[in-house]
Amino acid sequence: MSSAIKNFNKYKYLLMELTKKNIKLKYRRSYLGILWTLLEPILTTIVLTIVFINFRGKSDHTFPIYILTGRLLYSFFSHATKQAMKSIRSNSGMIKKVYVPKYIYPLSNILSSYVIFVISLIVLLGAMFIFKVYPTKYILYSFIPLTLIFILSLGFGMILATLAVFFRDMEYLWDVTLMLIMYTAAIFYDAAKIKDQWVFYCNPIYHIIVNFRNCIYGHPIDMLALKISMAYSFAALFVGLILFYRKQDKFILYI
Amino acid sequence: MGKEVVKVENVSMKFNLMENKVDNLKEYVIKLIKNELRYQEFWALKDISFTVNKGDRLGILGLNGAGKSTLLKIIAGVLKATEGKVTVKGKIAPLLELGAGFDPQYTGAENIYLYGAVLGYPKDFIREKYNEIVEFSELGEFIHVPVKNYSSGMKARLGFAIATIVEPDILILDEVLSVGDAKFRKKSEKRIMDMFDKGATVLFVSHTIEQVMAICNRAIILDNGSLVADGPAEEICKLYEEKFIERESGAMKPRKEKDGKAKKKKKKKTVSVEVSEELGIDPEKKISKDNGKNINEIIAENMSDVLSEFITEKTSDNYENKPEGIADAISDSISDNN
Repeated sequence: MSSAIKNFNKYKYLLMELTKKNIKLKYRRSYLGILWTLLEPILTTIVLTIVFINFRGKSDHTFPIYILTGRLLYSFFSHATKQAMKSIRSNSGMIKKVYVPKYIYPLSNILSSYVIFVISLIVLLGAMFIFKVYPTKYILYSFIPLTLIFILSLGFGMILATLAVFFRDMEYLWDVTLMLIMYTAAIFYDAAKIKDQWVFYCNPIYHIIVNFRNCIYGHPIDMLALKISMAYSFAALFVGLILFYRKQDKFILYI
Repeated sequence: MGKEVVKVENVSMKFNLMENKVDNLKEYVIKLIKNELRYQEFWALKDISFTVNKGDRLGILGLNGAGKSTLLKIIAGVLKATEGKVTVKGKIAPLLELGAGFDPQYTGAENIYLYGAVLGYPKDFIREKYNEIVEFSELGEFIHVPVKNYSSGMKARLGFAIATIVEPDILILDEVLSVGDAKFRKKSEKRIMDMFDKGATVLFVSHTIEQVMAICNRAIILDNGSLVADGPAEEICKLYEEKFIERESGAMKPRKEKDGKAKKKKKKKTVSVEVSEELGIDPEKKISKDNGKNINEIIAENMSDVLSEFITEKTSDNYENKPEGIADAISDSISDNN
């Protein structure tokens, strides 16, 4: 264990460099650069609001906030897991030549997505003032769902990265699964109006979104949702770590 | 002298060569159900044991496919041995394929930090040595240009400059003593010689016996994954020359040394053999002029077959190397046959 920590310290700088690289290269050669981090959620929220306003009824003026909270968490989860899944393959040149602890690759991708996600939360803050959803003390609890979504993404990222080395069709399968997760996460409709509530229990990110919304709208944390989301996050991390560690020596033979 | 820095104990390496590569879920499940998942075992290294003492300069000789690169990769920690144990004391500088860790989108300057981090250097160290690296690589203004626009020589120069900026305890050289043009080669050789003088332990792979004789004080021979000889460099080189070069030339003309393409050797060999087999050319025989066709024509005809085979065989993501590899193979076979 202590040698693992020592090793991590040695490669901490590489982790930072790779994270920086992912962020830098994402916006290189785009005129608006990092501004896209803010523009993208604004634009999609406008589109989703226009399309789905009728579901919610025109009376709810905070509907854009409702969409934005779900949408931001989902897009982080989807972006981070997709990137992590591809990380081993896209760094195959390095993996074949130099020894580097392999978890650095998925981890750096999750981290860079997380940095972009945290920046995009500015949009949410701005929107809260525009739509008069003023923050209460409960907003301080938002670090709980924000941490859980990171752990969950890391867990899924590790699992997917491992599977994607051996089976290339994971990428397509995961795209479809992500779509399913998006539609069953109550991002742009009210979960209470759905008859089949079991759907939400199957969704790994739904309960994180519920608690994040609670924090933003000034409600206390929902304990049941917290337990479920913690179970999902730590289970994913546990499975991801074990799977990754058991298979990592074989990666090089398949990439 | 006397202190062991690299200890290789009973190392064996097994590769599973799948008869037909399965890399998607559907095929895997179908084959699993039909019980058709067959692997062909291939032992690249068999029970290798040796130790290298501090200050030793060990040459590793062997024909293509003898397991030299696999052995170096295991020592460098890139591959993990199926059986056995490798203990390494001290800092390793692997000069395997130079510039493999570069990101093509990044500029040379950014890549110095990235590649430095890959090699495990601390940030302050890289910042301190930055100017020295730029100067040594002779890139000048080009250091702020994305690496994708570099020539292969520029890339290799930068890679060499970064990888050799440390003073390593153990230096792994896989035929990299021939980077860039003659001037740079001289410079890089000098730098490596300096490292020798400082008492670095060296593991050196080469096909050129003269180089091994000049550099190493000890040598081993690998043959089909087994260690067949171990001893002072001169004796072993002589033995190698007698036993292997002769044997090789019986079946095939000795391959000419190619610059800085160390790691591609294995691939190149298989492809070039395929080429010559497909062309129906005995590599030993020269093509007689009254054969009718020009060698280039024959190659052009068969090129597409070889290409498609090569590509389906290696559908890995780093296809950047492919065209070069094929071109090398072709030019190799041309030079062999002419």
